[in-house]
Amino acid sequence: MDVLKVGGKELLNRLFLGTGKFASDALIPGIIKASGIQVVTVALRRVDFDNPQENMLNYIDKDCILMPNTSGARTAAEAAKIARIARACGCGNWVKIEVIKDNKYLLPDNYETLRATEILANEGFAVFPYMSPDLMVARQLRDAGAAAVMPLGSPIGTNRGLRTKELVRILIDEIDLPIIVDAGIGKPSEAAEAMEMGAAAVLVNTAIAVAGDPVGMAEAFSLAVKAGRQAFLADPGAVKEYAEASSPLTGFLRDEE
Amino acid sequence: MGFSALYQNYQSKDIELFRSLLSASAGSSLEEMASKANELTVRHFGRVIYLYTPLYLSNYCTNQCVYCGFNVKNNLRRRTLTVAEVENEGKLIAETGLRHILVLTGESRQESPVAYIADCVSRLRRYFSSISVEIYPLEASDYETLIKAGADGLTIYQEIYDPVVYDRVHIKGPKKNYQFRLNAPERACLAGMRTVNIGVLLGLGDWRKEVFALGLHARYLQDKYPSTEINVSFPRIRPTLGGFQPEFPVRDRDMVQMILALRLFLPRVGITVSTREKAGFRDNLIRLGVTRMSAGSCTEVGGRLDGGGQDGQFDISDTRSVAEMKEAILKQGYQPVFKDWVAI
Repeated sequence: MDVLKVGGKELLNRLFLGTGKFASDALIPGIIKASGIQVVTVALRRVDFDNPQENMLNYIDKDCILMPNTSGARTAAEAAKIARIARACGCGNWVKIEVIKDNKYLLPDNYETLRATEILANEGFAVFPYMSPDLMVARQLRDAGAAAVMPLGSPIGTNRGLRTKELVRILIDEIDLPIIVDAGIGKPSEAAEAMEMGAAAVLVNTAIAVAGDPVGMAEAFSLAVKAGRQAFLADPGAVKEYAEASSPLTGFLRDEE
Repeated sequence: MGFSALYQNYQSKDIELFRSLLSASAGSSLEEMASKANELTVRHFGRVIYLYTPLYLSNYCTNQCVYCGFNVKNNLRRRTLTVAEVENEGKLIAETGLRHILVLTGESRQESPVAYIADCVSRLRRYFSSISVEIYPLEASDYETLIKAGADGLTIYQEIYDPVVYDRVHIKGPKKNYQFRLNAPERACLAGMRTVNIGVLLGLGDWRKEVFALGLHARYLQDKYPSTEINVSFPRIRPTLGGFQPEFPVRDRDMVQMILALRLFLPRVGITVSTREKAGFRDNLIRLGVTRMSAGSCTEVGGRLDGGGQDGQFDISDTRSVAEMKEAILKQGYQPVFKDWVAI
């Protein structure tokens, strides 16, 4: 069985769900059920533990692994505080680090993200840092004890697909941790593309949340992730620039061997 | 380069495009603009509307602004809530589920000094995860004091960017200082405020010019202070004590055009619409680019405690409760969000 081992857990489904943009949290259970999602990320800033009616955690299946994120943090210290609050409130020890100082493009601050990863990995968290794909930083994240590395495909919410493909490919080749593509994936085909090249998982929110039929779209993503993963495991043939003739022009030279 | 210099010397194609989106001729392309604005808003913010409500701390004011019910010349019951009263009113609001609050005062450093506002903020922190202040303009160090007390947002409207009209409608008082007010949002950004909401009061001048200046101001702040979340508002003047009549009335379709133009120009800017607008109109704005709305509002000091309903800053148009507002937003296919910050 093809199992993703990450953060002390074993996962069969490699589509992670973000929850920030749904028209109603009540959509979330149907999506989880239809697509078999096992990991759900939730912005702690949105969770109201004091208000049972407005607490979105109630919509997340208890069997799912919760990955609270530090959305809103502008520094490592803020991210660390948010992570500790999440753990103290019973959200488990997984945390997705988001440190964003740029409200226009929502691009992560890799330096602060690295610092937050160091702090929280030392405190026993399974740390999933969201980052701009950069090999040197990814190595430092690995050395700091990250459970996985989560490079962006393109800026959050843009649905522009895998614009950082070459940089993500380098992370996949060089970093011996699960590489989870997070942000920017707009279509199932792009999720498949990430999986085909060896991403361990993809995280999707906007593309599912703003689809006309979020449940149907989540299912489509789940299938695409599975197809991409299976293709990766089946070791696709190398892509060639030119056609390869079945009767090559220099084939006669074989006689000499 | 400060904002004033940018405003006078801008050179950019997208700023020219913004100007044309605000023009009279673009008024015939509202549907096309709406479709793009809707797409951009949903993509960047999701199908959600953030809710908040105002809490008035004090209506003492030393300014004489022609359009405002708290005008020093107006005869109304002046009152400053005690910190305990603020807490009681805060509790009532928190019971509705809201976790974002906007606290307001008039401009009186004597009746509502910074230290008092800071005390109110730190008390309200027990009940709210996000507290914005809408008060007289401060120095950066005073904003730092409020941030330490637990405030994370500043709302301050220039009201009118045209300096000549500004001077005319602000007859007397510290608010006459145009530049000090204009640069207040920037001082708040420098102090580390997490969100800053700027705005114009519609009706005092030509809305196309005013919203153009507002958009540029927001763009300037976004570019220079990327870690601060910038929001814009453009309330229409409502009936107030004193009976001021706006010289430049703004139609619903004008209001729609400005929301769309701002969204197309600044895809990530927050757009706030208050209860100054009518219920049905507000519901229709949800899909056009608005991201934040007030609900269950009251513009009277102590209005939720023991107010007589007479002495508000202005009359509210949309009088729906928080629960009714929640239903209305859900009906539009959007999620009402009560909490979107964590006090850290």
